[in-house]
Amino acid sequence: MSGRTLYDKIWEAHLVAVEDDGAALLYVDLHLVYEVMSPQAFAGLRAAGRRVRRPELTLAVCDHNTPTENQRAGVSAIADASARRQVETMLVNARDFGVEIFPMGDPRNGIVHVVGPEQGRTQPGMVIVCGDSHTSTHGAFGALAFGIGTSEVEHVLATQTLRARKAKNMLVQFHGAPPIGAGAKDMALALIGQIGSGGGAGHVIEYAGEAVRNLSMEGRLTLCNLTIENGARAGMVAPDEQTLAYLKGRPGAPKQGWVDASSFWRTLRSDADARWDTVVDVDCTTLAPLVTWGTNPEQVGPISAAIPDPASFADPVKQASARRALDYMGLTPGQKLEGLAIDRVFIGSCANGRIEDLRQAASIAKGRKVAPHVRAMVVPGSGQVRAQAEAEGLDRVFTAAGFEWREPGCSMCLGMNPDKALSGERVASTSNRNFEGRQGRGARTHLMSPAMAALAAIEGKLADLRRLGR
Amino acid sequence: MTPFTTLRAVAAPMAEANIDTDQILPKQFLATTERSGLARGLFADQRFNPDGRENPDFVLNRAPFRGAQILIAGDNFGCGSSREHAPWALLDFGVRCIVAPSFAEIFYNNCINNGILPAIADPAICTELGAEADGGEFTVDLSSQTIVTPAGEQFGFTIEAGRKAKLLAGADDITLTLLRTDEIAAFERRRVVWL
Repeated sequence: MSGRTLYDKIWEAHLVAVEDDGAALLYVDLHLVYEVMSPQAFAGLRAAGRRVRRPELTLAVCDHNTPTENQRAGVSAIADASARRQVETMLVNARDFGVEIFPMGDPRNGIVHVVGPEQGRTQPGMVIVCGDSHTSTHGAFGALAFGIGTSEVEHVLATQTLRARKAKNMLVQFHGAPPIGAGAKDMALALIGQIGSGGGAGHVIEYAGEAVRNLSMEGRLTLCNLTIENGARAGMVAPDEQTLAYLKGRPGAPKQGWVDASSFWRTLRSDADARWDTVVDVDCTTLAPLVTWGTNPEQVGPISAAIPDPASFADPVKQASARRALDYMGLTPGQKLEGLAIDRVFIGSCANGRIEDLRQAASIAKGRKVAPHVRAMVVPGSGQVRAQAEAEGLDRVFTAAGFEWREPGCSMCLGMNPDKALSGERVASTSNRNFEGRQGRGARTHLMSPAMAALAAIEGKLADLRRLGR
Repeated sequence: MTPFTTLRAVAAPMAEANIDTDQILPKQFLATTERSGLARGLFADQRFNPDGRENPDFVLNRAPFRGAQILIAGDNFGCGSSREHAPWALLDFGVRCIVAPSFAEIFYNNCINNGILPAIADPAICTELGAEADGGEFTVDLSSQTIVTPAGEQFGFTIEAGRKAKLLAGADDITLTLLRTDEIAAFERRRVVWL
């Protein structure tokens, strides 16, 4: 018998039952909920007279439609009536069903995928679900973490289990060290560019290789966050000493059980003879800072590249998609990405709203000024990130350079709150989706790393980080 | 949940790849605590111009397709956000079946959980079906896993047996899982928890 992958092991350790039709009943260790995808699920419980089976394994936050200023004023700070009703409903549901909640304005609140790890709730070997596709983020700790729909949220609330089907195993090996100027975001975008938006479909990915081992926990979170953008169910990195060092002492991490927990976590890895359905190799040694030019993340290229001619794609579907994307983005084939004037900059999101991301952006912003025609926002991923950044003086670096220093939340990543781009505005964004209308109807999103976005703010146009010698 | 058995309806062609859930239901319609009433938001940024008037070029605004209950779609349909609001909006509009070469997984599950049939067919078959979507009625039969075009041509599609049974029965997962409460409790007794 061949060895097992980390995914196989976590899967088998959480099997409650297997149905005749092959569906597994998988136990859920951590269920994260938030205001947008949960109200119908709690309403379903109420209608059926059901309770939350394990409220202590459930944690609620408010992040998607919360404003990023004046949060101290509470729910009344939310101008939009239906958004306000959702946040109020989340508070009521948490209270009525006994679920712990970090309300808006609480120093622990923030984007759900930033809060879980930094509170030490996200741990190796867990099954973690949330009604949000970017739940893949938590895989950075060697957990099996994936997004679910609202009907499934209700199922997990009622039973603490999920009906799921085993995916295939994919190994993605990042070889070599990325050159100066390229990092976790570029690794993730490079993979999507290589295998496509649907390239990971049907698989759970394990990220491995020298470049992954050398990533910080923040970098691994970024890499796993963008897993869903290649279509895979989940992405994970086997835990190592760095994972354990990050977790130790965090509020949700084991205390008297630490020795037992950490020695178990050290065993969580794929066997040397594990069977992989698919293996993908990515060469990091030639990696450049990447920028998306289209309306899905596979439409990506090095900052030094020109916008491709749609006719250059062999596949007629990709041709049509590129044509539509260039029309939406207001770009023409042959135009250089470098030098493209931008209107807005967004630094934040569950992809890049953590402390290391803000440090990288601040190192570019320090002593410089945002171009006069650009509106640039820095939105920390959580209250903790914000506090840490302020303790390090990063907020003053940003505000001195002319960036807005905001309160935590999903902000401009998805335009569900007051932070939106206007139609036709070109945005340098550290988020994870460049879909049509994602950041506001008609808004034109270019995805990139935090350092590249900060540089775009300063230059007022897309610029090559490598020209700074870093 | 309404069972899915057979459907006789107009199909609308929508061949682009990677149609994401932000397109299917834009974010401005997510701030609701209801499952119903989302039809007006379906493909809103493409169906309606910024002034609120209908975009006459969009397929669902064209005469034979306004009442389409079937979509003939491209690869990776429903990618992106996990929002179940996307299938809720499709259902509210009247769509009960989507035929595509592939679906994004969360969206696929969300369809099954709402009685929408996500039928997977070869890319060549999808191209053929799209070409035959002329406003006539298609017949989709789940138990035989077939689609018959207005011209009478028959094609097959795939769906995994468990999900097929669930759609045919209109089964509710929570009720089924609660029958296994003893097994869940037994799992919880052997589950390791570190304090």
